[in-house]
Amino acid sequence: MTMILRIAFLLCVSLSAIAAPDIYQFDTPEQEQRFRVLLDELRCPKCQNQSLADSDAGIAQDMRTRVEAMIKEGKSNDEIVDYFVARYGDFVSYRPPVTPTTSILWLAPLLLLGSGAVVIVLLLRRASARVDESDEGSEDSDVNQRGDR
Amino acid sequence: MKANSPWVFLPLVGFVLLAVLLASGLGRDPQELPSALVGKPVPNFSLPSLMTDKTLTQDSLKGRWQLLNVWATWCPTCYVEHPFLLELAARGVAIAGLNYKDESDPARQYLAEHGNPFTHVIVDADGQLGLDLGVYGAPETFLINPEGEIVLRHAGDLNARVWQEKFVPLLEQDQQGGEA
Repeated sequence: MTMILRIAFLLCVSLSAIAAPDIYQFDTPEQEQRFRVLLDELRCPKCQNQSLADSDAGIAQDMRTRVEAMIKEGKSNDEIVDYFVARYGDFVSYRPPVTPTTSILWLAPLLLLGSGAVVIVLLLRRASARVDESDEGSEDSDVNQRGDR
Repeated sequence: MKANSPWVFLPLVGFVLLAVLLASGLGRDPQELPSALVGKPVPNFSLPSLMTDKTLTQDSLKGRWQLLNVWATWCPTCYVEHPFLLELAARGVAIAGLNYKDESDPARQYLAEHGNPFTHVIVDADGQLGLDLGVYGAPETFLINPEGEIVLRHAGDLNARVWQEKFVPLLEQDQQGGEA
């Protein structure tokens, strides 16, 4: 029984692995490379949080076909991304431009990192101040002990 | 650190700020994307008409306020909103249809069965005009002004509540602007 289950499981895995055939043909490896980069940078507007490369939605297929066609037409990566941004907004790009609305996306990591650094520096200063105090204390006691002897 | 230092409350303040931020995000619909095309003219196109032999272009969407409704027979929500489209058409609202990535025979049959609210229907079999319009599913409805510019885009079904909240204010605003 477990054997059957195991085989069934393996079949499932292999079936899903061949379920997404690569049907896009390019003239040069360079074009294919650009295609893959663009598919990772563009976001599917329907199934959010998936890139075009991940998504099986109908609109993602259409967009992949359009990307393929535009690469073959000789359009640059920027031109292709701009084309989709003009239609679907900055949302469609996983690398949005810096504008007042998106500034928090770009600044938040820096602000968090900066405030973390400030906290660490403050804590370290306080800790070292405490160590200094206790060092002085122990030296005093050493002196006292020697004095006692 | 002294126990009564004001810094003790920092984590609490941080938590409250984060909670407010996240709570404000909860009420929003993530499918509601800002449309990049609002304020821009409908993209140029030249596509067949579903009900006639004519070829339709962007000019068919000019000359009066009208809706452009993106629909298909494969779209379950389109069945849901269809009665409301008929109601709007009966009230005299001009609605153009965009039959999106669909087959024309079932589409004609659908309109014959359920009623036809559309003044004309553009056939976009391979979804190219849809792509130009930034459509990512059906149904979607655009409000288009007499100059052929997109004023509003609504993704999802059109119903009485959405119509009253999103479309009517824009139409009334235009009427007032016209009189003034």
